[in-house]
Amino acid sequence: MRFRIERNPSPVWLRPLIPLLAIVFTMVLTSTLVLLVGANPFAAYYYFLVEPLSSRVSAIEVLVKSTPLLLTGAAVTFAFVGGYWNIGAEGQLLMGATAATAIGLQMEGVPPWLAIPLMLAGGFAAGMLWALAPALMRVKLAIDEVVTTLLLNSVAFLIVSALLNGPWRDPVSQWPQSPEIAASAIFPKLIPRTRLHLGFIIAVVVIILIWFVLTRTAFGLRMRAVGLGSDAARFAGIHVDRTLLTAALVSGGIAGLAGVNEVAGIHYHLIDAISGGNGYTGIIVATLGTLNAWGVALAAVFIGLIDTGAQSVSRALGVPSYLGGVIQAALLLVTLAFLLLQHYRIRRVR
Amino acid sequence: MSFSIASPAVEMRHITKRFGPVIANDSVDFTLERQEIHALLGENGAGKTTLMRILYGLYHADDGEIRIKGEPVTIHSPKDAIARGIGMVTQHFALAAPLSVTENVILGYTEGFRLGLPDARLRVAEAAQRFGILVDPEALVKDLSVGQRQRVEILKALYRNADVLILDEPTAVLTPQEVEQLFEGLRRLQAQGLSVVFISHKLHEVMDITDRVTVLRGGRVVGVVPTAHTTQSELARMMVGRPTYGVSKPDAARREDVLLRLENVCAEDNQGLPALKNVSLNVHAGEILGLAGVSGNGQRELAQVLEGVRSCTGGRVIANGHDITNAGPDKVMAAGVGRIPEDRHESVVAEMTVAQNMALEHLDEFVRNGMLDKRRIREHAEALIEAYQIKARPDDIIRTLSGGNMQKVILARVLERNPAVLVVAQPTRGLDVGATEYVRQKLLEQRQRGAAILLISEDLDEILELSDRIAVIYEGEIMGVVSPDVDIEHLGLLMSGVHQT
Ligand SMILES: Nc1ncnc2c1ncn2[C@@H]1O[C@H](COP(=O)(O)OP(=O)(O)OP(=O)(O)O)[C@@H](O)[C@H]1O
Ligand SMILES: [Mg+2]
Repeated sequence: MRFRIERNPSPVWLRPLIPLLAIVFTMVLTSTLVLLVGANPFAAYYYFLVEPLSSRVSAIEVLVKSTPLLLTGAAVTFAFVGGYWNIGAEGQLLMGATAATAIGLQMEGVPPWLAIPLMLAGGFAAGMLWALAPALMRVKLAIDEVVTTLLLNSVAFLIVSALLNGPWRDPVSQWPQSPEIAASAIFPKLIPRTRLHLGFIIAVVVIILIWFVLTRTAFGLRMRAVGLGSDAARFAGIHVDRTLLTAALVSGGIAGLAGVNEVAGIHYHLIDAISGGNGYTGIIVATLGTLNAWGVALAAVFIGLIDTGAQSVSRALGVPSYLGGVIQAALLLVTLAFLLLQHYRIRRVR
Repeated sequence: MSFSIASPAVEMRHITKRFGPVIANDSVDFTLERQEIHALLGENGAGKTTLMRILYGLYHADDGEIRIKGEPVTIHSPKDAIARGIGMVTQHFALAAPLSVTENVILGYTEGFRLGLPDARLRVAEAAQRFGILVDPEALVKDLSVGQRQRVEILKALYRNADVLILDEPTAVLTPQEVEQLFEGLRRLQAQGLSVVFISHKLHEVMDITDRVTVLRGGRVVGVVPTAHTTQSELARMMVGRPTYGVSKPDAARREDVLLRLENVCAEDNQGLPALKNVSLNVHAGEILGLAGVSGNGQRELAQVLEGVRSCTGGRVIANGHDITNAGPDKVMAAGVGRIPEDRHESVVAEMTVAQNMALEHLDEFVRNGMLDKRRIREHAEALIEAYQIKARPDDIIRTLSGGNMQKVILARVLERNPAVLVVAQPTRGLDVGATEYVRQKLLEQRQRGAAILLISEDLDEILELSDRIAVIYEGEIMGVVSPDVDIEHLGLLMSGVHQT
């Protein structure tokens, strides 16, 4: 008896079930691990996936967690669709956060309706600026942007560190963190006594905007053409360089907004852990979401859910907190594998 | 097994293959005798490639059986096919350009972990000698011409002990001289025991090299005939299902006004070497100017300059009254130039749909209130599909179209705009008899309408059949402009660089 693997798209009915199957498969896969630390796997998965949604407060917390991911996922998607492999959302986010802090610190006495747009614009511009050099090098000198955008992430991190250990060091506590931004620059809460803030609305608007641009405008179709075949796109009269540049800069700008979001919505000052890895996770969100705006939204909320879940598991069952991380990583890998494998089927022959 | 001595090299029975609603092969029977060169003939999309990909293990038949030398087999992958002595050379070569010939030949066919390159080089050289394939084992593939690369592909198959060789449109990319060399090689290998499946749209080649012909139409076998007992026109009739007549060229339509003017155009090739040297040409309204020449003498660069995708290092290009020297594709199109390029994959985005590709060159016209008008894009595609008899639906991905239909998509997109100037390169390469006729008919219609057409083709028959005047290019220089009733010998001399006296 032999088996063979064929390329064959999965039936339509199967596709929505894939995340569910991935979850079940991950549970089986990691249950030994949970047993090993002496917890009940079923209880563990309940706290992981269901408990966060069972109360209003924690469900809202899921949305808080997904807010920066919506933004970085959108940023990465926008670049990837155009065939620009921006791995630098992390650095662009850090620069957006730095700009937001710089502006926020000066906003004493400025009304919020002016302070907040100023910070958003500043963060967007800083992200764009950070994306500019790799984009120009790609377009003018054909230097691979994967390397340059990645390397600039470390540079951005060092700049933030230098600021926090130098001019912005908190004069009171001497911690490497900036003073707090002006009260008028802080994002208002959407729901009192939760952490859900204006940034969530901004993220949703950005998702809707990229959906519109990518699927409903001539620019979006041109970008897709450049991403799928830049020679053919050039032949058809599309300005490939200009399109790539736009994709790269807008992507950087959106990642910058994620930085503003973290400063003005969550921390209120700059710390060197401000990004929480959201720039990199954005790549996972974009991939899980198959470079489609709604897919990205779902993926961001999903990762927000397992992020929240990881905390509730260890809190409720007293298992080591890294277990949550392990399960979370396993779930991501399995989901990615399932998304890939759905294009194949195994057939028994003879 | 004694009976297997006489049994055919390959027998395929009742092979059926579906792609969604399309039946690419419908209960096809195909027999390849030993030491036979067997042509597989059929219109674009008839299912030739599909049938051979099944034999080579790239596709799996939904139904049917395969016997090799009398023995029933299941072929799961090319690995199985190679183990059974089957080799295939596809139109897009599967060679690693930065590696040497030897490395390419032994790639994926090494025993154990060690490479043993020096040994391998000797063995490859020995094999090349034995099969009479002239190619330097140490040369890097990227430095080889298309014809030489094809020889490497053939050597690769033979080195793996193939005694059945599948050649899918091997001559589409070759110059006439290279075709002659290929045929000589095949005859010699045939004498040594090789069986060959030969796919081509060029009937004179089929008459020349093959022993038998299997004709496919719409996925079914419509006939199997010994080549000696048939004629080109009979084969054409079997393929198309009706007699073919060729195109008839109406009387001259040339007017006085020059719509395309090249003045001392110079350009470089990808290596930075001069490819065009002071090329000057005039194309009048209502005229087809053919550009004849042996492949690689600057035709590709000239086409690219006129298409707006290669810059020139000197001279001027005036189209329809606009200076389009070094203008990008958008400006070139805006000046009224329609472009049908040599490499179809260069001008369509393979992963996008037919409708999107049809709109791509003029997307701005499909925008309403700042949004893409998807309905208009679709209706536009439906209208073109209808008008140009394209066998495709608006939402089909271009990649899945057969060569002929892909070319019709490009043709439709360009011709619907009634361009003042047409730059056309190798318009019928890889197209079947019917599609070739169709394309030539359309070009002649454009000529009657008053378009100035520059026809760049390596198919001399095509040039002679369609052109009002013929310019000959050699090493980037125009050797002369002659009339189509010129003596062929004279034309041949010009093409090989002997100056007009
Ligand atoms: N991978 C695929 N997916 C969907 N349809 C396909 C695929 N491959 C081939 N087809 C369809 O199957 C039919 C037969 O195609 P095939 O490539 O075998 O034709 P062909 O005879 O080789 O044509 P040509 O002379 O243009 O090369 C066509 O209608 C084609 O569109
Ligand atoms: Mg084919």
